[in-house]
Amino acid sequence: MAERSFKAEVADLRKGAGETFTGEGILAITKALLENGVGYVGGYQGAPISHLMDVLADAEDLLKELDVRFEANASEAAAAAMLAASVHYPIRGAVTFKGPVGVNVASDALANLASSGVTGGALIIVGEDYGEGSSIMQERSHAFAMKSQFWLLDPRPNLPSIVKAVGDGFALSEASNTPVMLMVRIRACHVTGQFQTRDNQRPPLSVREALAKPQRNVSRIVLPPMSYAQEHDKINNRWPAAERYIRDHQLNERFGPEAAPVGIVCQGGMYNGVIRALQRLGLADLYGNTQVPIYCLNVTYPLLPDEFSAFCAGKEAVLVVEEGQPEFLEQAFATMMLRSGSSTRLHGKDIFPMAGEYTGQVMKDSLETFLRQHAPNLLPAQVLAPNTEAPAIPDLSKTVPIRPPGFCTGCPERPIFAAMKLVQKELGEHQISADIGCHLFASLPPFNIGGATMGYGLGPASNAAFDGGKAGGAEKRSIAVIGDGGFWHNGLSSSFGNMAFNKSDGVAVIVDNYYSAATGGQDVMSSRAKNPTKATNNPISKALRGIGIDWVKQVDRTYDVAGMRDILREALTTDTPGPKVIVASSECMLNKQRREKPLRSAAIREGRRVEAPRFGVDEAVCTGDHACIRLSGCPSLSLKKLDDPLRDDPVASIDTSCVGCGNCGEVAEAAVLCPSFYEARVIHNPSALERRLNGWRQGLIGWLAKRRQSRRLSFEESAA
Amino acid sequence: MSVTFPPPADAGNVIKLAILAVGGQGGGVLGGWIETLARAQGYAVQATSVAGVAQRTGATIYYLEMAPAGPVAPVFSLAPAAGDVDVMIAAEMMEAGRAILRGFVTPDRTTLIASTHRALAVSEKMVPGDGIANADEVRAAAEVAARGLVLADFEAAALKAGSVISASLFGALAGSGALPFPVEAFEAAIRSSGKGVEPSLRAFAAGREAALAGNVPAPVAPLPRAPGSARGPEKLTKRWQALTDRVSTLPAAVRPMALAGLRKVVDFQDLAYGASYLDRLETAARTDHGTDNAFTIAAAKYLANAMTYDDVIRVADAKTRPERLDRIRAEMGGAEVMQLTEFTHPRAEEVVSLLPRALGQAIMDRPRLLGFIDRRVNKGRRLRTDRLLPFLQLHMLASMRSWRPRSLRHAEETAHLDRWFATALDRAPRDLALATATLQARRLVKGYSDTHARGLGKFDRVMEGIAMVEGRDDAADWARRLITSALQDEEGVALDGTLQTIRSFLA
Repeated sequence: MAERSFKAEVADLRKGAGETFTGEGILAITKALLENGVGYVGGYQGAPISHLMDVLADAEDLLKELDVRFEANASEAAAAAMLAASVHYPIRGAVTFKGPVGVNVASDALANLASSGVTGGALIIVGEDYGEGSSIMQERSHAFAMKSQFWLLDPRPNLPSIVKAVGDGFALSEASNTPVMLMVRIRACHVTGQFQTRDNQRPPLSVREALAKPQRNVSRIVLPPMSYAQEHDKINNRWPAAERYIRDHQLNERFGPEAAPVGIVCQGGMYNGVIRALQRLGLADLYGNTQVPIYCLNVTYPLLPDEFSAFCAGKEAVLVVEEGQPEFLEQAFATMMLRSGSSTRLHGKDIFPMAGEYTGQVMKDSLETFLRQHAPNLLPAQVLAPNTEAPAIPDLSKTVPIRPPGFCTGCPERPIFAAMKLVQKELGEHQISADIGCHLFASLPPFNIGGATMGYGLGPASNAAFDGGKAGGAEKRSIAVIGDGGFWHNGLSSSFGNMAFNKSDGVAVIVDNYYSAATGGQDVMSSRAKNPTKATNNPISKALRGIGIDWVKQVDRTYDVAGMRDILREALTTDTPGPKVIVASSECMLNKQRREKPLRSAAIREGRRVEAPRFGVDEAVCTGDHACIRLSGCPSLSLKKLDDPLRDDPVASIDTSCVGCGNCGEVAEAAVLCPSFYEARVIHNPSALERRLNGWRQGLIGWLAKRRQSRRLSFEESAA
Repeated sequence: MSVTFPPPADAGNVIKLAILAVGGQGGGVLGGWIETLARAQGYAVQATSVAGVAQRTGATIYYLEMAPAGPVAPVFSLAPAAGDVDVMIAAEMMEAGRAILRGFVTPDRTTLIASTHRALAVSEKMVPGDGIANADEVRAAAEVAARGLVLADFEAAALKAGSVISASLFGALAGSGALPFPVEAFEAAIRSSGKGVEPSLRAFAAGREAALAGNVPAPVAPLPRAPGSARGPEKLTKRWQALTDRVSTLPAAVRPMALAGLRKVVDFQDLAYGASYLDRLETAARTDHGTDNAFTIAAAKYLANAMTYDDVIRVADAKTRPERLDRIRAEMGGAEVMQLTEFTHPRAEEVVSLLPRALGQAIMDRPRLLGFIDRRVNKGRRLRTDRLLPFLQLHMLASMRSWRPRSLRHAEETAHLDRWFATALDRAPRDLALATATLQARRLVKGYSDTHARGLGKFDRVMEGIAMVEGRDDAADWARRLITSALQDEEGVALDGTLQTIRSFLA
């Protein structure tokens, strides 16, 4: 079950000609695929295109009606490989994943696909996770397009442009027999807007029909001598064909006046940022009417030298707005200008910063610098000489704490890392590697566990150098952490196959939270949910045994901190040879709450007995040392200042968002912390017997307590 | 392709609105409402967000732009720019600070709507001392940076209405008048979402009211509560009166703290113990030759804390008070039937330290015997104190109060206290500020078992450090620095650094 349901939005995907679609960019892309007669779709979830996969999953009925095949692929490589269907068959296919990590994983398939060339339109939709809030290393997918020779679309970030790019992409792909990558930046994926819909199209040839009439074309097989021919075909035929198509269909756009001393060349995705900066400089209006000519590259690869040189003609200077590094576009333009002997000055990364996101401020500053240099008379007087000094705002950089992501309230991964911290207190610090997924948050405070993440499913593999462990004469073993998502993505073969084959002595902890949780709670093979269209309920431990790993410990309640600690200790100290693997399973709390909360509320409403646990802290007992927080970091476990003049430090306090997971109590117990925690379990709709029993008990307890109270001095409760 | 040269551009009449929230606060819901609202009011709107991993308790940003819809679609930006935001909604006080820090709040244009409540960041919470960031600094900066300011506790307003902060902030937005739309249109946006409409509308109204009330002043830090009168048997209240009379002979500035301390000490043990507290305190007062009574006030505070050490009896007592159950019941929404589980983990040390001094010490000196006891005692114990027998266990443990003064723990604590207090008294005539800091070092002793041991260790190292600087003019400054650094992290890394510095300049 995915984090967000798109069942309601899926209705919008049925809209026909002349209707208006209102919604998110990701949904618009899905609609565009259907309008363009796509025959099959697939992909692998991850920000920012997770929702695209979730929409497709929720739209399976519609896809079936249209005879469109949908696969939730096992990885980005599997997704890219699926495009092989378009190699021999005139079927349009689209896959999606996040870039650049997804592109890295898929690069083998993409390179083969690009070499083969395609018959049907093949579209790779890449959610570019770059800049603020990005969860990955900052790299450009652009390099892959250049090295493998496929085309890269980077449309302007509004719904009509993105929708148009989907259709253009398919057509360009077919016109040039080349796969096309459609890149959508993170904010464009989530941008909302409107566009006019068209009718959905059934694929002219469905995969079902293609299966009945298999086709093959030897020249498209990537083997010598065909692969040599394919390289020449790319350069001699496919590239010129692409250029022709881009030029004839005006995929790139020109804005602003024909004649001007300066011009701006930008990636399509940068267009809105450029316009905003020009608006702020008084050189463009709200509707994009600009006084500075703009050559907007909705196709960033290949580039058209003739279009570019026509744009430069008569201009003193042009500025290339290209986010990320290296500056591929600028270098290409520089080569073109050098070869043609152009006298126009080329600017780009000499003004813009080489690295980092082109924020509003960067864009405005850089454009202003460029214009001051080459066209100061265009700039309004107020920009040239601002007459007001901005007042000094107090510096808060030392006041405002950073707020990195962390485990959610009640997360079942928290106790695993609390246990790991406790084991390290006993056995010393260990070499710990991590993978991709929620568990990576353990590398941040308060746990500070794990120092490396080499890629999805590669956690244990990244400890391979340390695999000798104690068996290799070392004092300690290495520990690797990986999630269930990573396990099924690539981990089983690349990490655990590697460990088993090399007789690793290392310890691996598989954090099994029943979902691909970090990407939004999609099902994986070991999910416990019943999924009508996917094979779930395949235990991880069974897969491990299948590849010859025998020391496998299954933990079915990770909240048992002491138990977790003991199993970790055992794995680190046992004499058993070979990999030691712990499968730590408990359901992702976010998903669990989403599943159970409505059921619980209904049960309470209907008068059934429901136990609702929540934790609390006795503030009179808490001494304000915060040791519990250093083993937790739970959002619901916070601090509160008492209005007691005798107290210096705030005490622990649990707010109403507590879901009663039990971690606080277990940690206090396992780490011998302090006796301030209590669990209060409210019984909704208790039975009559329970109620009566409770009445007697509370009566007696109350009497005892009050009797003592009456014999001593009492003050109003000392802490408020 | 445009061929005409447009007149000088006017990029006005766009409203740029950003929401800075902590993951899980419903920033997306709020953004959705605003978008629905503006569209229904005939505006062209664009909303974007950067979710990604930041949604898991990290800081996240949502951004909207809107302008009256016309025949041509406006070109909106996808990200807020410094100095170019009209309305900034911060769903938490430090997020308001972050918005100011990032330049999204400027005096020429920005209406800042912020909730004054705090969702503490992990870095603030994990400090062994008080690591909570200073919200007053953010408030002061907001007053300079914002054109219009709406500050109130919108979290509390929402909780009171049984809803979440997104709804009360939407109300605050309506109340701020920053958007040119009528209240009914805001409410219609909530209704059209169809989910949790009634609670959302209540929170909306509460948020709007808070905003209309204007910039709510910072809550004044509550004064130490006036010590209430004691209730109990007349014999006891008379003796209590005698003790409070002694407090009134102390300098006026000392009295509130002394009374609070006295109450805590008597509550911990008995009136005689309270008298011994006052004996010590009066000694401190006689030694205090300063003008501000700082030494005596510190003595009043830390003597009380030192005398009321955390032992099993105190915990059992705290957990069996009649008012505790009432308080928990109220916190849990007044449930009729409630199971209550206490999480305890006694070690042999805690048990043995309750024994008579000589016997306890004899066991402590025999590690094998202690280990034997530890193996039987040392485990997590969960007590269901809503049941009679477990409650009785704690109740009886609490009744060991009268026995306490003869216990090993009491002897140890008293000896430790006397050494520390004597050191402070001894320093007072020569360097009163240093003597005061010596008293304040007691703040480091807290917690149970390992935590307590670590606290004691830090206390000892700080006392050593203080001894090293004694005699210098800046000794008190260094003593305070030692205490502050000891509270910065668990392992005492910062403290080691300070000690290293001291050694380096003494060498």
